[in-house]
Amino acid sequence: MDLGPYLLFASLEGLVHAAVLSLIALGLSLVFGVMRIVNVAHGEFFMLGAILTWWVSNFVMGNPALGFLIALLIVPLVVGIIAMFSDLLILRHLKYDPEVTIIATIGILYIIQQFALMTFGPDARPVEQPFNIRLDLYWFGFSAYKFFVIFSAIILLFCVWLVMAKTKFGLILRATQLDSEIAQAFGIPISTVYSLVFGVGAAIAAVGAVLIVPIQQAHYLMGGEPLLLAFIVVIIGGLGSLKGTVVAAMLIGISDGIISVFFSPNLAKILATLLVVVVLLIRPNGLFRTIRI
Amino acid sequence: MRKDLILHLSALSVLLLLELLGIFSDYHQGNFARILVLAAYGVGYNILFGYTGLLSLGHALFFSAGLYASGLSVYHLDYDIGQSIILAIGISAFISSLIGFLALRTIGVSFMIVTLMFSQIAYLSILYFGSITRGDEGFVIQQSSRIFFSLDLSNPTIRYYSALLIFSLCIFINLWIAKSSFGRVLVAIRENSDRALMLGYNVQSYKLLSIIISGTISGFAGACYGILFGYVGASFATVSYSIFPLLWVLIGGAGTVLGPLVGAIFMFYLIDYASDITDAYMIIVGVSLLIVTLFARRGLLGELRYRFFKWIP
Repeated sequence: MDLGPYLLFASLEGLVHAAVLSLIALGLSLVFGVMRIVNVAHGEFFMLGAILTWWVSNFVMGNPALGFLIALLIVPLVVGIIAMFSDLLILRHLKYDPEVTIIATIGILYIIQQFALMTFGPDARPVEQPFNIRLDLYWFGFSAYKFFVIFSAIILLFCVWLVMAKTKFGLILRATQLDSEIAQAFGIPISTVYSLVFGVGAAIAAVGAVLIVPIQQAHYLMGGEPLLLAFIVVIIGGLGSLKGTVVAAMLIGISDGIISVFFSPNLAKILATLLVVVVLLIRPNGLFRTIRI
Repeated sequence: MRKDLILHLSALSVLLLLELLGIFSDYHQGNFARILVLAAYGVGYNILFGYTGLLSLGHALFFSAGLYASGLSVYHLDYDIGQSIILAIGISAFISSLIGFLALRTIGVSFMIVTLMFSQIAYLSILYFGSITRGDEGFVIQQSSRIFFSLDLSNPTIRYYSALLIFSLCIFINLWIAKSSFGRVLVAIRENSDRALMLGYNVQSYKLLSIIISGTISGFAGACYGILFGYVGASFATVSYSIFPLLWVLIGGAGTVLGPLVGAIFMFYLIDYASDITDAYMIIVGVSLLIVTLFARRGLLGELRYRFFKWIP
């Protein structure tokens, strides 16, 4: 292949990862924006989504597309409920103190991860693609499923924006984000909103997991890397900003894809992290304060 | 003699007597040598977290900086032990001042995330330069190079005494800092940094110094760990090795000199017993983190200090 098509191939691969990354980062950003806490266990909710998808697809016999559809409906719901319970049982009692919450979510991270190790085992397991069509792009064939991933991520991002901007629930979220005490004074049940947001944030990451698992395989340690990238995305994009998150996810995801194809994936991550350092040097502290949707 | 000095000297004497009287079995002797060096790492962490109130999630970077600086210089360049440790101290001081300079531009939650990411860069770099560092697999420091002034550091008894010496050195540095006016300023910054600033202290430079001291002690502990136990690998640079000292300090009591030791003994044996039962022994770490944050914020020694002995430094 010539350089041109090769670059196109790399950017398409990058776009797939960027799509999933923007979903993961969006969940993280939503939780930080509304609740002002950093959820370090976010990557594990993503991993949980992947593992549950594997289970569902094994449970449902017959057409892989059917298993995939059922997973797409059930898995985010289950992950969201698990996240809500961890909020009810743990985070609520810490009064959402930012630093203590980080330590506690690290605890949740280990518990989910090790629980997955005990039940799912240490092996990486593949999930069959719901449909296996290759599109011929003249220079190379590209899986139609990957286009489907990009497309679904765009739809979901659009839905989140719609909910945030146009519905009453979105209004409540924005009010809570702006000033939770005033919102409470106006009769918004803050603690319910927090639990819901924590659940929705995890569920969005789980959708990303359901989408990526037919390409990537499920593994109990798969949560660490997307968490690091999602941190990078939200720091560059500004936590809580939907637009910033998507733009930064595109930037990081595509450049990560291109660098990974030409060099080593590790180098891509090192470079992305160094990018954060540069951003920090230019805009210290301001990075976490761009809370607006 | 001062009360606090008596307390720490007697704690160290107990550790010495355990060995002298031959109370340890070989197994526990080896464990305690490890615990002591790791507790020295915890002491380094405690200076930043317990005294200055800065929560870093990236101390594995400093630990592995020392570990690799000494390990690589012995492995590739045939340095002797003394030289390699001096090199490790220099490199970890340099790296901690660099990281401190960059990371201190942020505060609170962003500081935690930024330190976490720096340590992740270090981990990925170790994997990336696998031809030198041997990546995940790591490398073994030969017994023939682990000789310090004709003492064979791979001998379990000598190793135990060395570990005790390293730990004692670190806690005396810590004790001295805790009692000095410098340490008081660090505590003032922890309690109320705006007020410390208003009183005319240069908060940023105190914080930076605290990171450098903390990072250098951590690096020193890392260097000693590699040399005493003869193995250097990328697993020491993972996030878990940043979480461990946090956990030891939290369990033992943040801002207490002996807290890291108490926490390290507790966690080491808890994990030791758990790994007999299941492969997923890190679940113990997760549950302990939750218990500490939910029910025991002060930790063991912190609680003792709060209730009975106000003078524990």
